[in-house]
Amino acid sequence: MQALRYARATSIDEAVRMLREGGETSRILAGGTDVIVQARERRRVIDLFVDIKHISDVMTMEYDAQRGLTVGAAVPLYQIYGDANVQRVYPALRAAAHVIGGKAIQGRASLGGNLGNASPAADSIPAMMVLDGVAQVAGPNGRREVRVDAFCTAPGRSVLQPGEFIVSLHFAQPAAHSGNAWERFIPRNEMDIAVVNAACALTIEGDVVTAARFSLGAVAATPLMVPLAAEALVGRRLTDETIAAAGAAAKETATPIDDMRGTVKQRKHLADVLVQRVIRAAVEHARAN
Amino acid sequence: MATSERLVITSTINGEERTFLADSRDSLLEALRERLNLKGVKEGCNNGNCGACAVILDGRLVNSCCVMAAEIEGSTVRTVEGLATPEGLAPLQQCFLEEAALQCGICTPGFLMSSTALLAENPAPTDDEVRFWLAGNLCRCTGYDKIILAVQAAAEQMRTLKK
Repeated sequence: MQALRYARATSIDEAVRMLREGGETSRILAGGTDVIVQARERRRVIDLFVDIKHISDVMTMEYDAQRGLTVGAAVPLYQIYGDANVQRVYPALRAAAHVIGGKAIQGRASLGGNLGNASPAADSIPAMMVLDGVAQVAGPNGRREVRVDAFCTAPGRSVLQPGEFIVSLHFAQPAAHSGNAWERFIPRNEMDIAVVNAACALTIEGDVVTAARFSLGAVAATPLMVPLAAEALVGRRLTDETIAAAGAAAKETATPIDDMRGTVKQRKHLADVLVQRVIRAAVEHARAN
Repeated sequence: MATSERLVITSTINGEERTFLADSRDSLLEALRERLNLKGVKEGCNNGNCGACAVILDGRLVNSCCVMAAEIEGSTVRTVEGLATPEGLAPLQQCFLEEAALQCGICTPGFLMSSTALLAENPAPTDDEVRFWLAGNLCRCTGYDKIILAVQAAAEQMRTLKK
């Protein structure tokens, strides 16, 4: 491990001050499942970890049927997928949180960490994007809100400025008759990084889709919103044809690369298939609501 | 110039309060092995993939290679060394032996801690639930089937003991 110091912050202001004093090689420590490995393997130069897990705003989760869901940035995944309200109202979030890493990872890893790490293949980011997620960010110039769908800018890069960190994530209460879903493809049953993942949140009136949001992961340099898939569906009746049209739009939008996890051709095909699947799953959820 | 610091850390390790010196760059895995001489905690991949270093931190299963030692100030840690009692092995340890759920053994402490965490939360898991829970622990020798058998045998013993 590279030489580094550790500091424990007990308030957001204290964390901001520690990051400012630590300069650009200081780094937030939440669950550590990415950043400790990156420090050890010298993929990031870090000489100070600021542990935010003793700040209550960062570690608490709140749900209210009017205000929606607020999840502290470092709340571990097992608390998120184990929460009855998350399971009932935000199954897309539940599904992604449930398959990120194994149990020993889920005891520590967090939504704030997954977003801050800004991997193009991050499993929770597409779910947060379709759920209209908004990150509460703190930094040397005070607080600001950043939409999750505008957060990532390149692999490992985000709109966070030096000294800024994610405090919490907020998800609005979905409208009546809304549903959401998340799926991924990996070549095994568990414990892998997505070849492609996809999320959908939609609202229906009878058989007609009145609103829809789609997001895909691992098909571009950042997790990607897919407005063309939404256009193919909104205002139309749910039929095999309209669902297939949304899938085709996703395939068109995806601009993946060939790598060890999959080829361009396979990923474009998966974007199509997974988007169709999450539509059907989200519709089922909407109808059950 | 980057530096690290000497830290004095106090935490409860296997039921005993311990105060020890560590470096601020130490992972929990390094501190347990090198500072506290708990060599049952194994280093496998050292990047969070294999589960050989799994321990129970404040009641939750974690990979100790992905925790900084400095984080455990005031916390409670359980390692494989804390499973047996003076009266004998824990049911999970005994069942791993009886079912031959290990060969080379380097993954075994991690499997034992993962299984301990599983049975604390779910005393009667299905085989699928055991496999899902243990998916973060890798074993190159056993082919896993005997590990699943051992966990189920221990679960049954522990349920009987509770009655």
